Amino acid sequence: MGADGIGVAVRRKEDVRFLTGRGTYTDDIARPGQTYAHILRSGQAHARIRSIDVSKAKAAPGVVAVFTGADMAADGVGGLPCGWLVKNKDGSPMKEPAHPPLVVDRVRHVGDQIAVVIAETRAQAKDAAELVEIDFEPLPAVVDSKDALKTGAPQVHGDAAPGNLCYDWELGDKAAVDAAFAKAHKVAKIDLFNNRLIPNAMEPRAATGDFDPASGDYTLYTTSQNPHVIRLLMGAFVLHIPESKLRVYAPDVGGGFGSKIYHYAEEAIVTWAAGKLKRPVRWTADRSESFMSDAHGRDHHSHAELALDKDGKFLALRVDTTANMGAYLSTFASCIPTYLYATLLAGVYTTPAIYVEVKAVFTNTVPVDAYRGAGRPEATFLLERLVDVAAREMGMDRVEIRRRNFIPTNAFPYQTPVALQYDSGDYFSTLEQAQKAADWAGFEARRAEARKRGKLRGIGISTYLEACGIAPSNIAGALGARAGLYEAATVRVHPTGTVTILTGSHSHGQGHETTFAQVVSETLGIGIDQVEIVHGDTNKIPFGMGTYGSRSLAVGGTAIVKALDKVVSKAKKIAAHLLEASVNDIEFKDGKFTVVGTDKSKTFGEIALTAYVPHNYPLEELEPGLEENAFYDPKNFTFPGGCHIAEVEIDPDTGVTKVVKFTAVDDVGRVINPMIVEGQVQGGVAQGIGQALLENCVYDKDGQLITGSYMDYVMPRADDLPSIGVATHTTLCTHNPLGVKGCGEVGAIGSPPAVINAVVDALKDHGVTHMDMPASPQKVWSVINGAHRKAAE
Amino acid sequence: MPQVSLTVNGRPVKVEVEGRTLLVQVLREKLGLTGTHVGCDTSQCGACVVHVDGKSAKACTLLAAQLEGASVTTIEGVAGADGKMHPMQEAFRDNHGLQCGFCTPGMVMSAIDLAKTNPDASEHEIREWLEGNICRCTGYHNIVKSIQAGSAAMRAAK
Repeated sequence: MGADGIGVAVRRKEDVRFLTGRGTYTDDIARPGQTYAHILRSGQAHARIRSIDVSKAKAAPGVVAVFTGADMAADGVGGLPCGWLVKNKDGSPMKEPAHPPLVVDRVRHVGDQIAVVIAETRAQAKDAAELVEIDFEPLPAVVDSKDALKTGAPQVHGDAAPGNLCYDWELGDKAAVDAAFAKAHKVAKIDLFNNRLIPNAMEPRAATGDFDPASGDYTLYTTSQNPHVIRLLMGAFVLHIPESKLRVYAPDVGGGFGSKIYHYAEEAIVTWAAGKLKRPVRWTADRSESFMSDAHGRDHHSHAELALDKDGKFLALRVDTTANMGAYLSTFASCIPTYLYATLLAGVYTTPAIYVEVKAVFTNTVPVDAYRGAGRPEATFLLERLVDVAAREMGMDRVEIRRRNFIPTNAFPYQTPVALQYDSGDYFSTLEQAQKAADWAGFEARRAEARKRGKLRGIGISTYLEACGIAPSNIAGALGARAGLYEAATVRVHPTGTVTILTGSHSHGQGHETTFAQVVSETLGIGIDQVEIVHGDTNKIPFGMGTYGSRSLAVGGTAIVKALDKVVSKAKKIAAHLLEASVNDIEFKDGKFTVVGTDKSKTFGEIALTAYVPHNYPLEELEPGLEENAFYDPKNFTFPGGCHIAEVEIDPDTGVTKVVKFTAVDDVGRVINPMIVEGQVQGGVAQGIGQALLENCVYDKDGQLITGSYMDYVMPRADDLPSIGVATHTTLCTHNPLGVKGCGEVGAIGSPPAVINAVVDALKDHGVTHMDMPASPQKVWSVINGAHRKAAE
Repeated sequence: MPQVSLTVNGRPVKVEVEGRTLLVQVLREKLGLTGTHVGCDTSQCGACVVHVDGKSAKACTLLAAQLEGASVTTIEGVAGADGKMHPMQEAFRDNHGLQCGFCTPGMVMSAIDLAKTNPDASEHEIREWLEGNICRCTGYHNIVKSIQAGSAAMRAAK
């Protein structure tokens, strides 16, 4: 391990620019001759548009243009595509209603895009948008996914999706599950709602379109986690611009959490409009717009049943889930409640038979797609709540029932009944380490002490697993993915031995510029200050799939390793020539190529220079230069997992729940930079605690978004959260060379059930067996006082 | 259009503003100081915190027209004359107090004001102070550590 290599908590390379205000986010980029776009959005959840009159807006001061859906349709602009085809139980394809960037004759959710007003200043565009006259015919709206399935429910897409059903899908062996339930000793049941969340990356989405009439080249500056995916989707499906004429550049991006994966309407609108106007067109969301136009997350209703034998062994699991898709299919919406959810329902347990049914449903709400964890938090919350219910049903200890059902540490690779094969893990160790760190054994004394202070204290545990590093392309393709899921990298060694890495992964807070540089440092024996990581610009980087699902290091990092291997292999040949030795006798270590058993050596820098100044070089056998590419398609998912323990204290007078201690012990595979891993886990846990106690997206029955600002949507703030204790226990991933599993989502996946299990534990004397998230003060207070009243009656 | 004269990062500037122009718009759009960010439209997130006459303030909540004669410091202006980062900036780097960097300028500006106002703030006091600064990435754990370390460094430098 070098000073900057793998395992060292080096400070981040990217930090200086962020700390000095020199980051470059999309809205920081000014273009000569720029105009400003304001998107006119629907204030109605569901309405037919009888007419739109833009004449007054067009005549307003500073207005350059006003476009509607009719203008885009007349230009042959396509709809926003969905990237994953899910099939119904009968094999027929899911329903994919049209998703135009600007609506034509009907709005389907509050925030739906109706028109774009483009003006010389932001304020003029906004002012003019007030002058657009729209004649709406209001239609009844439906918000809840279960309501949307009822006979007579308002139809979001009419014949394009009868009954509002997108798909009705299943996974697993129904007959085996039914047979296991028939002989069960006990059955534990739960009904729950996984609350809808709004991702809220701190940088609002932004997009600037630019067009160069001389070359015919388009440029889109955008807040994206995967610029090549946007270039492909927008170029090929929406605007019909060849890739060679379209540059998508996602510069510094201020957080994503999934919400910046998707191809959004505004990206197509500004790029198309820039081409029409031959001027740059800038758009930046107000936070209020973000609330009603960024894809939301979660929103599942589920009923689940777990069959147990007399020893508490799980025999079978049966799950029925209804997932809200919102008004349209966002880019990856369809795969979240299926392949990223149902496949995770074995969790860390040996449950031999599992059957899952999922109905995906259209409603008059903002589209729902992946948000940190995406499907896996929903699966984990369901499973870890159900296991607690089962323990209570069986009169067993919550930890003991988990241990009894854990996949044994010597059972890997382990094939689950829901399609996944886990490569490695050690759930006993993460559990024991977490119990120790949380002082699980000493909890009852703390509960008693809290009671003396009039507080209700509870402790909750979650032992979880997730699948990330998505994904082997052939498997994903067989399951309906319409794209490959490899990652690409170029290693460009410069003549003096410095290195530029061009990666398809995208960093929007994860610290790739440091972590990836550490991997290079470890391999080539050069300092991280000699390594530059380039990402985000499709004109520079190779075609790659970007960052989501904790895949950057496991997939993108492996692509870098593969390209580095090629560099080292070629460099050895050059060294062999210079040192007049056989290539088989050349050893590369600590940045030096040495003839084994001698002191004859060449440095990495000398080899690099020789490659580019090939005066003494085996030109007949080897090309000059030292630059290599690799595309890496993963062999399997990776499976991080671990144990989270939350300890809460409830004030019965106010219903306020405080997390007083949080312990996370995660197995994320090999840790490259422990400081960054800790930070990723802490951030994920904060979002998980947010979901469990604070955050909730609320619509009224007419489809109005009630939680449309930071005044209404409860973001976790510093004084809502405890210090978050994080540790790791490593088992290596067996199928990538770094042995890494991914750490971006574990925090948000493991923590919500730990917190709710703690809340339920604190309230167990009040007859509480389950509480849906968020456990808000109002909900908790009502439960306590309802129980008090019952006791008094 | 009315004109406003103010000092920004030690430099006198004179700008034309509309009545509705906000300080943050002057900084970002007229002066090119894009380190001050806009993360919300309800004065909640604190990504736009700057110092006005030495006190932290949300630049999205001040009309530029109010600021005749004021002295404004932004994140671009807190480093030393030699270009060395402010001890609070260094502390954020040392303690991994930032991830995506978007809330960071506001956090640092807010933290410097706290360290001046309450040089040895407790964890509880720091968390209360940060009520007006939202971070979505870090869970605040390392921001709290950064502010403790930055405050200690500022005390030591006195």
